Amino acid sequence: MKDTATEPLLGRSVERIEDAALVSGRGQFIDDLPVATGTLAVAFVRAPHGHADIKSVDVTAATRAPGVAAVITGQDVTRYIRSMTVGVKANVECWPIAVDRVRYVGEPVAMVVATDRYLAEDAADLVEVDYSPLTAVVDPVRALADDAPVLHQSLGSNLINERRFRYGDPETAFDAAPHRIGIDVTYPRSACTPIETYGVIARYEPGEDAYDITANFQGPFSIHAVVARSLQVPGNRLRLRTPPDSGGSFGIKQGVFPYMILSGVAARIAGAPVKWIEDRLEHLSASVSATNRQTRIEAAVEADGRITALDWDQIEDCGAHLRAPEPATLYRMHGNMTGAYDIANVAIRNRVVLTNKTPTGLNRGFGGPQIYFALERLMDTIARQLGLDRLDVIRRNLVPADAFPYRTATGALLDSGDYAAAMARAVDEGGLAELYARRDTARAEGRRYGIGFACVVEPSVSNMGYITTVLSSEERAKAGPKNGAQATATVAIDPLGSVTVKVASVPQGQGHRTVLAQVVADKFGLPLDAVRVLADVDTMRDAWSIASGNYASRFAPAVAGATEIAATRLRDKLAKVAASQLNIGASDVTFDAGRIGAAQNPDNSLSFARVAATAHWSPGTLPDDVGQTLRETVFWTPPELEAPTADDGINSSLCHGFIFDFCGIEIDPDTAEPRIDRYVTMHDCGRILHPAMVDGQVRGGFAQAVGAAFLEEYAYGEDGSFRSGTLADYLLPTVMEVPEPVILHHETPSPFTPLGAKGVGEGNCMSTPVCIANAVADALAPEGDAPNIVLPVTAAKLAPLIHGEEPEPKEPVPETKAEATSGGRKLTGEGRALVQASREDVWKMLLDPATLDAIIPGSHGVQKVDETRFKADVTLGVGPVRGRYKADIELSDLDPPNAVTLSGQAVGALGTGGGHGRVTLTDTGDGTEITYRYEAEIGGKVASVGGRLLDGAAKVVIGEFFRALARHCGGGAGNGPIARLRGLLNRIAKGGRT
Amino acid sequence: MKPAPFDYVAATDLSEALDALQEGGSDARVIAGGQSLVPMLNMRLARPATLVDITRIPELSRIEAKGDQIIIGAAVRQATLESWPDLADRLPLVRAAISWVGHTQLRNRGTVCGSVAHADPSAELPLCLLALGGTVTLRRRRKTRTVAARDFFQGMMSTDLAPGEMITSVSIPARKQGTGYAFREVARRHGDFAIVACAAIARPDGSSTLTVGGVADTPQTLDLPADTTGRDDRLNEFAWHLQARDDLHATARYRRDLVRRLGRTTLKEALSCRD
Amino acid sequence: MPRLTKDEKPAVRFTLNGRAVSPEAPPRMLLSDLLRHEIGATGTHVGCEHGVCGACTVQVDGAPVRACLMLAQQAQGCDIRTVEALAEGPELSPLQAAFREHFALQCGFCTAGILMTLDALFASQPEADEATIREALSGHLCRCTGYAPIVQAALAARNRIKGGPIDA
Repeated sequence: MKDTATEPLLGRSVERIEDAALVSGRGQFIDDLPVATGTLAVAFVRAPHGHADIKSVDVTAATRAPGVAAVITGQDVTRYIRSMTVGVKANVECWPIAVDRVRYVGEPVAMVVATDRYLAEDAADLVEVDYSPLTAVVDPVRALADDAPVLHQSLGSNLINERRFRYGDPETAFDAAPHRIGIDVTYPRSACTPIETYGVIARYEPGEDAYDITANFQGPFSIHAVVARSLQVPGNRLRLRTPPDSGGSFGIKQGVFPYMILSGVAARIAGAPVKWIEDRLEHLSASVSATNRQTRIEAAVEADGRITALDWDQIEDCGAHLRAPEPATLYRMHGNMTGAYDIANVAIRNRVVLTNKTPTGLNRGFGGPQIYFALERLMDTIARQLGLDRLDVIRRNLVPADAFPYRTATGALLDSGDYAAAMARAVDEGGLAELYARRDTARAEGRRYGIGFACVVEPSVSNMGYITTVLSSEERAKAGPKNGAQATATVAIDPLGSVTVKVASVPQGQGHRTVLAQVVADKFGLPLDAVRVLADVDTMRDAWSIASGNYASRFAPAVAGATEIAATRLRDKLAKVAASQLNIGASDVTFDAGRIGAAQNPDNSLSFARVAATAHWSPGTLPDDVGQTLRETVFWTPPELEAPTADDGINSSLCHGFIFDFCGIEIDPDTAEPRIDRYVTMHDCGRILHPAMVDGQVRGGFAQAVGAAFLEEYAYGEDGSFRSGTLADYLLPTVMEVPEPVILHHETPSPFTPLGAKGVGEGNCMSTPVCIANAVADALAPEGDAPNIVLPVTAAKLAPLIHGEEPEPKEPVPETKAEATSGGRKLTGEGRALVQASREDVWKMLLDPATLDAIIPGSHGVQKVDETRFKADVTLGVGPVRGRYKADIELSDLDPPNAVTLSGQAVGALGTGGGHGRVTLTDTGDGTEITYRYEAEIGGKVASVGGRLLDGAAKVVIGEFFRALARHCGGGAGNGPIARLRGLLNRIAKGGRT
Repeated sequence: MKPAPFDYVAATDLSEALDALQEGGSDARVIAGGQSLVPMLNMRLARPATLVDITRIPELSRIEAKGDQIIIGAAVRQATLESWPDLADRLPLVRAAISWVGHTQLRNRGTVCGSVAHADPSAELPLCLLALGGTVTLRRRRKTRTVAARDFFQGMMSTDLAPGEMITSVSIPARKQGTGYAFREVARRHGDFAIVACAAIARPDGSSTLTVGGVADTPQTLDLPADTTGRDDRLNEFAWHLQARDDLHATARYRRDLVRRLGRTTLKEALSCRD
Repeated sequence: MPRLTKDEKPAVRFTLNGRAVSPEAPPRMLLSDLLRHEIGATGTHVGCEHGVCGACTVQVDGAPVRACLMLAQQAQGCDIRTVEALAEGPELSPLQAAFREHFALQCGFCTAGILMTLDALFASQPEADEATIREALSGHLCRCTGYAPIVQAALAARNRIKGGPIDA
């Protein structure tokens, strides 16, 4: 028996069978699917605070709004569900909606179900939530401090899990080594941000107590168990389906599952099917992101750069709740903590911390970017400190080619590779010598040009048991072993003898259907379009298991592999059927060009369809040992994926690709903008099934990594406010920012997968950010101590490093205080107004509610609570941006008629504001000069979407008040910052101080 | 992300629009291209009671050259100005700047006057209007007035526009002989709001003007004499006195760096391209 | 005065892909929602609703614009084309075919908008050079492809449309 005689489809870049529909607007994404008549829309009320207790939720007005079917609070939801499962042993609850406290901006607080999304949002605006704000903590190191605010009282602290690991003998290795070299690394938050947001369609059948949920979920389907448990139904009463098309995920759409629960409950309470399509503001503030991590990594190093031990100390920030499958980001790489290097001794301390940020989840690269940023920055530092060539340090430490399969210190079994050979080819074919020459030329001309390297092992096909490494071996023993990665595939034949493939791989654009058609068409000697493939899932009809789904780059190695096995089984049976009909031996049967025939005699053949359909039409004619040829379903789990060992060794993934990257980066001398001059990426992903798709994965991952390296950051203020709520703030790279990388391949097939393929989807998200950082470091400081590079590398961060100390102004500059953190800070400002009234009169006005009501722009009424406290209802804003706020104002430090401190808190639909200001009155002879300084914090929606403009807006609003006061007092020239600025500028124009 | 409800008036002539604005007072807003306003509506940051659509008023859709002034009606789209055949000759600064305004898909709807009315401190067209000494013509039901750009822009997204009033046109002085114009900008990505945008105008006598957007609440201008002695010091003083701030995208320090460096480059370019 | 109050739902009359349509829309309805949910033309996708991502780009009177930044009522009297109009029957247009040949899409969610921008570009500038193509594409976010294959497909389509060599 032999395979198809014509050129195989597998390994060729055939056109994708998905594309004709997608380029014609006939995709079937979740929001495109038809829904039942009467399906209602869901909108969420979300937390404006990073941390606050919920005192009350008043839904009265919202419930009465037009079109509203139900308004559902967190308390309501708890009557129908139980807390979601948490992946570590900890006394903590994890609800999909805030119950009595909000812990991140954007956390769901209430759901409105109405006839359409417009009306649902109208009603959501009417839900009144009374919060009692709490101090927030957003920095994971700060969250560990004794005096840090605690998010979950039941935990007692923000440290939800800590584990220490020891492999080999790291202490002795460190003692023996001549050098101990370490760095601290801060890895920020970013997310792969698919262009399609989350979507859920849910219905509930009370007669069967069953939920039917369609969501653009991506897996893993272990989450099905989490959702069913939370909804308090057996697994067979949660039917979970996915739409045929999904608009990108990159891990992110795993995080839709809390909304599957909430939508199910909403449908149940509303008594009608519901649909929720997440909007972009919701997505950016409250879907999921990758973890941010603080790492200390140290190496024991020989004089020649050989590393004998690593010591990791990682603080992982999982946000406000530890949602399944976290802390998987930390443990997915646990077998790979030595990267591509042969290092026998490793110590690890892992701490998982909760902060007032969005809960984290799957994200392309999943733990890899955080690990490799630390490890490869360390390699760069070692070369610098020892005065060695960077490539030599890498080469001396690589796992040798003859060592595969190679067991890493922490337990991974590296399946195959020849790292040194792949690296040598990259250096040669990628033109490193030329790049060095370009750097030399640039430096000779005084330009800043750097070259960076990164060396990465890319794991794929996750062991479903790796997450249990977070448990102690005693805890694991009690819970029972977890391991494996079931892949499923069904190949079926219909009565007309055509072939259908069904897999539970849930693609989000990776072209799974095309590759599986290639695999199966080759096997049966059929043309590509003779095979039909479905890759979406219906858990009530399809073969699936907890590992199903599209994550951990498992498609080519696992799903395509399982399909290969299923097709082979079916083919072998068909060969027997054909052999009996053709009167030849089964081993002489060939499958070619739509016919099944005798290898030796082409005229002795039957059409594939005829043989294939035999089991439908005349099952009695089948040879006895064939059984049926209708359908073959394969469940495949690789034996190499064992549960963690008693001493915490874990083969966290089945396959291990290899990547070696290098790049040249130049920094513009004037604008400090970094630019990639050339980027070379060498991949060994085993056998390549579809070259164009593999390159597509590389380019796509590279582009996302370029975004993470230069542009993207989920930024939070110290107060927990979220500052990157729009795509004008969270910056995804466009065609202008992404250069085309040079892609090279070196193929060493995996011995552990049916087709020899390994995953390739995530590698550049692991290698590229640190490769870029190393190049930037080289551009900034070719020798000596490495600068601390924190992503994203922006021109604003580089400017002080390349421009040096800033020239001071000759003319004194009005004080501009700014506490710059990553995007979040207090707004501060000051201003003056001249009024034609005495200090005493102004003083009286400031304390008189009637006057305040008259002069506060947009005031709808000021009430006096007592001598020093007022309540106001005001419309505030700039330009078209206006929102109505309820404000509490308090006067303190009264020094009549000279000075007073005003403090206030305001809450409205657009968010929250709080601050205090000192107002001073000075007699000018013909009136009073009012000066004021303020410090304010703004949170909620307006802070999330208007970050760029907040300072100026605060200034306008506060300035308006004093201008109105001046007008009320009978004119007087406003002497605001702008007028003053003009005066100063005129003086500069005339030549400086004179 | 759906707008709150509002009434909508598709005005077909100016008096209809002015009546609707008068009636609506401060709760009414003009919508033309809507490229700044509709995102705010969708996010419910803006909740006007009435929107007055002026794009169907024929008289507002014209670009006219009157003497040395180029008059651009309130409904003229940015893309229309971009493809106006005389743009390079009459308004070389605008020509250099306009491709920096968002993206082509936004310029196809967005209007020149809408950008001026929105008064974003980083926007390119208000910067050009101010740099070139343009004026804004404002109408209300029984009153027309013309305001110099430097008086029109009062603060971040704050202008001299009163309730009931609308911009009917802006007027921009055309290119003068022997004068050089240059525009440069740094943004996080292509098409983003400027971190710093510089417009330079160099006159025949060698004196020049630098106008900077993206730093202060409104674009700011620095006049420089022909004598370049001490120019870097002047730029430094200017940079400091703009009171730059930190935000998500850049630090105050970086903005000052750009004013000093990009400012110098832009001035040089303007001086060298005088015809 | 032609005032529509907020609760009115008058018909908007316009041409969609060559056919006269008159769906009803209240003043606040966005064009993107009208196309997708009232008419059922779901080929146009919505990714951000604030004009940045470009997924919802459609052609209005021949020019690519964001459907999420246009009120449905503003479409009155306009000629609107969406991705559904590109193919002639089962035959893909040269632009669509080039996208398939060059693997210029993966998930396909952003693709409709990109196609409408490029289709308009090549209609007005058949000779558009790579810089012009990139400039036009910069108004679109794609999270899957890394853009290089999109540029390749656009160049190939341009060449084919103007009758030149097929490959860029």
